[in-house]
Amino acid sequence: MPTFVYMTRCDGCGHCVDICPSDIMHIDKTYRRALNIEPNMCWECYSCVKACPQNAIDARGYADFAPMGHSVRVLREPEKGMISWRIKFRNGHEKHFVSPIRTTPWGIIPSPAELPAPSEGDYKDQSLAHEPDALNIEGGLPALSPDQLRKGVV
Amino acid sequence: MGLFSRRKTKFVDSDVLVIGGGMAGCGAVYEARHWGRDLKIVCVEKANIERSGAVAQGLYAINCYMGMQWDENQPEDHVRYARNDLMGLVREDLGYDIARHVDGTVHKFEEWGLPIMRDPETGRYQREGKWQIMIHGESYKPIVAEAARKAATEVYNRIMVTHLLTDKTSENRVAGAVGFNVRTGDFYVFRAKAVIVAAGGASHIYKPRAVGEGMGRTWYAPWSSASAYALPIEVGAKMTQMENRIVLTRFKDGYGPVGAYFLHLKTYTENAYGEEYESNWYEHTKELVGDYVDRHPVPTCLRNHALLEELKAGRGPIRMVTKEAFQDPHKETVGWENFLGMTIGQAVVWASQNIDPKHTNPELTTSEPYVMGSHATCSGAWASGPEDYAPDEYQWGYNRMMTVDGLFGAGDTIGGTAHKFSSGSYTEGRIAAKAAVNYIKDLGKDGPQVSEEEYENLRKAVFKPMENYDVGRNEIVAGTVSPSYFQPIQGLQRLEKIMDEYVGGISTGYMTNEPLLTRGLELLGMLREDMEHIGAEDLHQLQRAWELKHRLVASESVTHHTLFREETRWPGYYYRGDHMKLDDQDWHCFTLSKYHRDTNEWEMEKAPVYHIID
Repeated sequence: MPTFVYMTRCDGCGHCVDICPSDIMHIDKTYRRALNIEPNMCWECYSCVKACPQNAIDARGYADFAPMGHSVRVLREPEKGMISWRIKFRNGHEKHFVSPIRTTPWGIIPSPAELPAPSEGDYKDQSLAHEPDALNIEGGLPALSPDQLRKGVV
Repeated sequence: MGLFSRRKTKFVDSDVLVIGGGMAGCGAVYEARHWGRDLKIVCVEKANIERSGAVAQGLYAINCYMGMQWDENQPEDHVRYARNDLMGLVREDLGYDIARHVDGTVHKFEEWGLPIMRDPETGRYQREGKWQIMIHGESYKPIVAEAARKAATEVYNRIMVTHLLTDKTSENRVAGAVGFNVRTGDFYVFRAKAVIVAAGGASHIYKPRAVGEGMGRTWYAPWSSASAYALPIEVGAKMTQMENRIVLTRFKDGYGPVGAYFLHLKTYTENAYGEEYESNWYEHTKELVGDYVDRHPVPTCLRNHALLEELKAGRGPIRMVTKEAFQDPHKETVGWENFLGMTIGQAVVWASQNIDPKHTNPELTTSEPYVMGSHATCSGAWASGPEDYAPDEYQWGYNRMMTVDGLFGAGDTIGGTAHKFSSGSYTEGRIAAKAAVNYIKDLGKDGPQVSEEEYENLRKAVFKPMENYDVGRNEIVAGTVSPSYFQPIQGLQRLEKIMDEYVGGISTGYMTNEPLLTRGLELLGMLREDMEHIGAEDLHQLQRAWELKHRLVASESVTHHTLFREETRWPGYYYRGDHMKLDDQDWHCFTLSKYHRDTNEWEMEKAPVYHIID
């Protein structure tokens, strides 16, 4: 369902413009508010809907297969680590869902530059950062030997 | 001075340049920092890495996790699975390499804050299927992007990379990339010692089922514009298995995923009359592909094939039987959250059409074809394998380096490695980045040289569509019809129609043959010539123009590969009407192509398939 913007709620802040993966949320030069300039390149990913501080963006099912009278609304609360959905069917029936989105505070992931630097020997083997510890297995990184190679149908 | 004098040219020097900030790109940036503590690591992305790539919307499952810590699967098992699903042809060396590292990647995701569901009884990750684990992945991409931003020296958002640069003295060596800022119109010249292409695969090269407003609701993201292939192809990197496009069986119109439904909710399919149908087509399929039909699990393409045959027999629509499973409130929640987490549009379709799967069994359909390297398909660049066990013919230097020096790839870019999905693509980015750092260390002071003539010529070419528009627009009163230029959307629809009708799209039931492919190549050639006349009204349209160019280059590659492979290896993905049977005698091999930009010729060859695992 392509997105659209409610005139009275949008203040033209441009968060949707910054986030849209398809580059289709732009600011209308006359009204100084956001709009979807290319609905047929909208994936309905809701990135703009979730990013809008004014809840000014909604979506309406694609005109070529979605009958009217439905809505799927979302409230993403990053600071609470939660997302809430309300699905309203054409017949008025509703469903509600709430899910976690993150278990840690935003911004806590360290740069790999903060980890101990690899040794010269590490560059020459097949290990990646955090290995072998991060694999959580005995015996280190699994490997094959070249003598196992063969051609033909298996 | 002319039209573009106000546009600045900006130079960005780096050691490692990562093109594309999706899952593979974020993995590459992270790992490059670990190994290259003092290196300049730059990531360039046409959107915003916070929400870019195929995982922009989120995911509800991680589809590639071994579970080695609980002895659930070993890397060998995953190679067998991917090989089986792709009808025998995968790069087992590359697949094993991803599988042996991927668990470590997933464990870091969880540590960073990705909510992974746990089985309440065992405490292990909640399995959706043998390879899939279930997550609350709405913020999967923002979490991964946070780690990448911490690791990168610089991230450039909203820059569309249009071309790679080659070394002044060695044509077969990469020296960087060029592109333009979609907001400011500035031209960017990225000079780099090593380049990792982690761009997206190809949606919208075939006509989609919805051609109105809903054309954006493709299965793969509409912003996956084949840069993964066009960038390396144009500098002569060899491609493999580009004919191996994928067709997805999905819920109708929204293309909502079926994995959790089949595997976790235990729903199943039936024809319009409530009958199981796959067994009806067993003998028929066996005639085409022989013993491959007896493999377990049944390869994805063959399940598509049975569905398509059942539809042709007039017993459609095919439906997913959900009414039983959805009586369980937990399963109902999983079914809906599955969509809300990764394909919200399917929830919208069902809400709009009053489809509550508790009361209605929803329809399934098969999608238009896509070309990509990370799902149940493996198109992409021919890459060097891991140093410790890859066969000699698969190894010419550094892991994941293409056949062009200094040019690496990961995710959709690299061919032969099916079923890597999000976690495997990220892992492949990590593998490529460590190799790229080693490549740079070994280079010493022997850095590539960028030619001013090359990037100046590219600068003119990059902005030519805007000049075309500015000049041609004055000829006509108004509107979209011009005798001297065409719009990107017009060119896209022309491309999609050619691919659909000649190269095995939905309108022919995925059928093609040599005469059709030959004619398709002629028409694609004319479109290539006409690209000199594409018009772009603004910078957004300029992005669309270059996305179209990338899609066209990938489409030509797909068509040449499809013509070269004279068999039907994957019925249900596409059919060669003139070679309807699988032919292991002549075609148990990879197809390779190399594009020569000086002569505009495509060179095709076969490469052997080595089996490493029993």
